[in-house]
Amino acid sequence: MITDEAVEERGRVSPATEGLTAERIAYLERLVSQARTAAAVFSQFTQDEVDRVVKPMVLAGLEQAQYLARLAVEETRLGVMEDKVIKNMVATEFAYHYVKDKRTVGVIREYPERNLVEVAEPIGVILSLTPITNPTSTVLFKCIMAIKTRNAVIFSPHPKAWNCCSEAVKIMLETAVKHGAPEGVFGCLESHTLQDNAYLMRHKDVALIDATGGPGAVKAAYSSGKPALGVGPGNTPVYLEKSADLSTAVVDIIISKTFDNGTICASEQTVVIDDVIYDLTLKKFAELGAHICNEKETKLLAQTVIDPQTGFMQPMAVGQKATSIARFIGLSVKPKTKLLIVPIQGVGREHPLSVEKLFPVLAVYRAKSVEEALRVCVDVNHAGGLGHTAVIFSRNDEIIRKFGEVINAGRIIINSPGSIGALGAVYNDLVPTFAFGCGTGGGNSTTDNVNIYHYLNIKRLARRTQAHMWFRVPNQIYFNLNAVENVRQFPSRSTIIVTNPALERIGHVDIVRRYIPPETHVHLSVIPDTEPETKVVSETVEALKFYKADQIIALGGGSVIDAAKIMKLKYESPEADLEELAAPFLDLRKRVVEYPTAKVNRARLIAIPTTSGTGSEVTPFAVLTDKQRRRKVTLADYSLSPDVAIVDPQFVMSMPKGLTADTGIDCLTHALEAGVSNYASPYTDSNAMQAIRMVFKYLPVAYEHPGDEEARSMMHNAACIAAMAFSNASVGVNHALAHAFGARFGIAHGRANALMLPHVIAYNAAVPTKFMPSPYQKGYVAHKKYATVADLLGLGGRTVEEKVSKLIAATEQLLDQLEFPRSIAALGISKEEFERTVPELAKTAYDDPSWRSNPRMPLMAELIELFWQAYHGRGPAEASGAPQQAG
Amino acid sequence: MATIAGWQKIDEACIVPALEQAGEKLDCAAGEVVLDFSSVRRVDQGVLQAMEELASVAAEKGVRVVLCGVNVHIYRVLKLMKLTSRFSFLS
Ligand SMILES: NC(=O)c1ccc[n+]([C@@H]2O[C@H](COP(=O)([O-])OP(=O)(O)OC[C@H]3O[C@@H](n4cnc5c(N)ncnc54)[C@H](O)[C@@H]3O)[C@@H](O)[C@H]2O)c1
Ligand SMILES: [Fe+2]
Repeated sequence: MITDEAVEERGRVSPATEGLTAERIAYLERLVSQARTAAAVFSQFTQDEVDRVVKPMVLAGLEQAQYLARLAVEETRLGVMEDKVIKNMVATEFAYHYVKDKRTVGVIREYPERNLVEVAEPIGVILSLTPITNPTSTVLFKCIMAIKTRNAVIFSPHPKAWNCCSEAVKIMLETAVKHGAPEGVFGCLESHTLQDNAYLMRHKDVALIDATGGPGAVKAAYSSGKPALGVGPGNTPVYLEKSADLSTAVVDIIISKTFDNGTICASEQTVVIDDVIYDLTLKKFAELGAHICNEKETKLLAQTVIDPQTGFMQPMAVGQKATSIARFIGLSVKPKTKLLIVPIQGVGREHPLSVEKLFPVLAVYRAKSVEEALRVCVDVNHAGGLGHTAVIFSRNDEIIRKFGEVINAGRIIINSPGSIGALGAVYNDLVPTFAFGCGTGGGNSTTDNVNIYHYLNIKRLARRTQAHMWFRVPNQIYFNLNAVENVRQFPSRSTIIVTNPALERIGHVDIVRRYIPPETHVHLSVIPDTEPETKVVSETVEALKFYKADQIIALGGGSVIDAAKIMKLKYESPEADLEELAAPFLDLRKRVVEYPTAKVNRARLIAIPTTSGTGSEVTPFAVLTDKQRRRKVTLADYSLSPDVAIVDPQFVMSMPKGLTADTGIDCLTHALEAGVSNYASPYTDSNAMQAIRMVFKYLPVAYEHPGDEEARSMMHNAACIAAMAFSNASVGVNHALAHAFGARFGIAHGRANALMLPHVIAYNAAVPTKFMPSPYQKGYVAHKKYATVADLLGLGGRTVEEKVSKLIAATEQLLDQLEFPRSIAALGISKEEFERTVPELAKTAYDDPSWRSNPRMPLMAELIELFWQAYHGRGPAEASGAPQQAG
Repeated sequence: MATIAGWQKIDEACIVPALEQAGEKLDCAAGEVVLDFSSVRRVDQGVLQAMEELASVAAEKGVRVVLCGVNVHIYRVLKLMKLTSRFSFLS
C-alpha cells in the first residue's frame, strides 16, 4: 500500500538546516506544528463560525489602527504616521467590506447553467513575509484573509519592523481566539534570520509562501520549490497626456506620491508629460508644494538617493520626507515642500532617477509626441516595473486603450492616484489588497490584487452535462408516386437541372421539366456518371453565375445530389475553400472551420433522388472525390442540406439490379450505423429502426422484382428515413473503411459497405478494446441495440449474444440474396496487392471523420484486422478468435 | 461514559479525559482497545494532542487502538495531522 508518508516524500523539497542550531530547529518545528494543528482544527469550521471571528478582528484592527501606525513609524523610522493609520484602516475596513459576504467555506459558488459547483478547500499553513514599508497594514490584511479562508499563518516580518508586526499579530490572534478561532492560528517568527526563512520555506508542512517585499524575499520564495505568492517591486510610469484634467492630475499625483512618504510600491515614479502641458504642469506642482530641482540639484540627488553600484534606491531614503531628503543633501527648499521633482532626459542606468524611488522624489520627462511618451513609459515599465502598476491621466480613450496595450502592468490606473488606486476599492473597483501580483513580468505567479481567493484551493465539482442534441432535416420532404409534381409550387426565374447522361437518356429530365412553371428559364447541366469531382463542380458554378440561377434541381443518385450541394455552396459563397472546409474534426459543434454564411447569390436546392440508398436528398453531407490523391473528401454542414427533397419512386424503377443492391445496402449500413452511433437519440433511433425493417422486407423484393412499385417505393422511403437518422447521428467505422477501400480500388460505395458490414456488426457488438468517450450515451449499448434490431426483425434468440449472431446471419443472408461478392478477394484483388495497400488504407480510414461517432474507438490494428476480415470474407462467426460479446 | 472491557464510548463533552483514561488502561488491554467516536462531531487541539499521546503509548505497549464511528470530517483532520496510520478504523 502507498502510505501517506510515501506520497509526501515524493513531493518533498529537501529541508534547509544549514546554519541552524538544534535548538533553533526545535523552535521552528514548534511554530510549524502549532500552525499545522490549528489549520487542521480550523478545517472543521463552518462559514458562520468563520465569519463570527472575522468581524471582531476587523474592529480590533480599526481600533488599534493609530496605535499600530505609531509603533510602525517609531520602529521603522519611515513613512507618515497619519497615512499609516489610513493604511491600517483600509487593510481592515476595506478588506472586510470586500470579504464579508463572500463564501469561503464549503460551496462558494454555483453555476447551475454550467452544472459546475465550486468548493473551497483551505490551504493549511501559510508562511507570510511582510515588508518594512507597509508593516502593520500588511499583517492586519493577511490575518483577516487567513481567518476568512480557515488558514493558519506564520509571519516572518521584516527584521526592522518586527515589534510593530508582532504586536499586530498578537492583537489579531487574541481577538481571533477569543471569538473561536483555534489557538496558534497565527504565529510570528522571533528575531529571524535568512536561515530561519529558508528552513520554513522548505518545511514539508508549510503549504504556501506568501511573500510581499523586496526582490530577495520574493525570489527566495519562488526558489524554495513551494507554491508561492511572491509579489515584488515596481516602477510606476505615469503618462500625463495633454487632454487630461491637469488640476486633478497634479493633486492626485501629489496625494499618491507623498502618501506614507511614497512607500507604497505602486506609487508614481516617473511622470511623462506632453510637451504642450509640461511647463504648466510643473508650475502647478510648484504651486502645490513641490520643489522643481534644477540640473545641479537633480544630479546631487541622483548621487545621494541612488546607489551608484547597484543602480537601485538607497534604503536610507525610503519613506523619508521630502524636506529631510533635501536637508540631507544640503538642498534649500521651502519648509512645507512635499515633493522633489527631478526632470530626467531618459530612462536607464545613465538616468539614475528613472528607477523605483519609494520616497517623495518624482522624475518628470518632457515628451514631444504621444509616441515618444508611450515609448518612455514602456522604458520605465521595463526598468523594474513589469507587471506592477502604471498610471495614465487622459480624456482620450484611444490613447488610454493604447497605453493599456503597450504597458505590462497588473493594474493600470486611470485618472486617479497610483498608490491608493492600486490598493483597490477606494478610487476604483479593483479588489482591495496589500499585495500586488506582478505576473511573469515581475517574476510572480499572478497579476491579481492578492485576496481571499489566492488563499484557497478552489475545487470544482463538474457534473456530467447532457449536451444538447438536435434533429435537423429539410423542412419539406415530398414522397410517394408523382411527388415530383410538387416542383410546380416553387417559383423560379432561372433553374439549372443537374443530372447524369443516363438519366437524361431514360427521360427522367423530361418528367421533371413538365412540372417546372413555364415562365422559368431552364438549363441543363449534365455531369459525368462518376462521383463528383472539383473540375465538374466549377464548370457548373460558372453556368449558374451566367444564368443567374435562383434554383438548382439535382436529379440523380448520391453523386449528382452531392455535386449539386457543392455547386450551391460555391455559387452562393465563391470564397469557400473546399479543401479547408473538409478539414478534420472530432465534434461537429466544436469544429475549427466555419462554413460561410455570407451569400453572394441565393439558390434553392431541390433534390430528387434516382437511387434508393444515399439519402443525400436530406443529408448535410457531400462526398467529393479527390482523383489525384485517390481519396474521398467529406464535407459536412447543415447548410449543405437541400431545401426540398422529393422522394418519388418513379425515378428508381429504372435502376438496374446491381445499383438496387448497392444503394439498398448503403441505406441499411446508414441505418445500422446510426442505430449504434454515439450520437444516437430516440429521434434518430425511431428512423433507423424503421428503415432497417423496411430494407430487410423490401430490398430483396425490389432486387428480384424491379418492377414492384410497392417495394421500390418502400425502399426509396427507407433510404430517406435512414438518412434522416444518420444526418443527425452520423455513421461509423463501416463507412470509414468503405470510403478508404472504395476510393482506392474504385469500388461503388454500397458494394464497399457490403463487404465490411457483417464484420463491423461483430466488431461493434464485442467488448471494445477502447471505449469511445461520449457524453451522449450512458454505458456501452451497441450490442443491445443490435439485439433490439434482431427483435424487431423477429429473428429470435434468447440472449443478447444470440440475437447479435442472428442479426449477422440475417445480414449475410441478405447480402447473399443480393448476389454480392462476399470478399475483397472475390473482386480479383490479389493478396499481395492488398497486403501492400492495407497500411495506407487503414491510415486513410483512420482520418475519415465517419468513425468519430462509432460506439467503439477503432485502433489502427483493428482497422487493419477488419480490412483483412473483409478480404477473406470469413463470416465473423467462423473467424478464429472471434471477439467476445459484451455482456 | 460507558466502559466495557476493551471498548469505550467517547463522549463529545469530555474527549480528552476519555482518551487519557483509555491510555491508562492500555496495560490491561488484550492487544486491542476500541474507542467509539460515533458521538464526536469535532476535535480541537487538545484532543489531537491527546490522540497523539495515546498513539505513542499504545505503540510502546504494542496495543492496537481501533477507532470506530469516526466521521469523515474528523478523519480528514487526522489525515492532515498524519495520525491515521497510527490507528485502526472500523466503521
Ligand atoms: N451525401 C450523403 O449523405 C451521402 C451518403 C452516402 C453516400 N454518399 C455518396 O453518394 C455517392 C453514391 O451515390 P449513389 O449510390 O446514389 O450512386 P451514384 O449517384 O454514383 O449513381 C451510380 C450510377 O447509377 C446511375 N443512376 C442513378 N440513378 C439511376 C436510375 N434511376 N436508373 C439508372 N441509373 C441510375 C448514375 O447515373 C450513376 O452512373 C457516393 O459518392 C457516396 O460517397 C453520399
Ligand atoms: Fe453511405
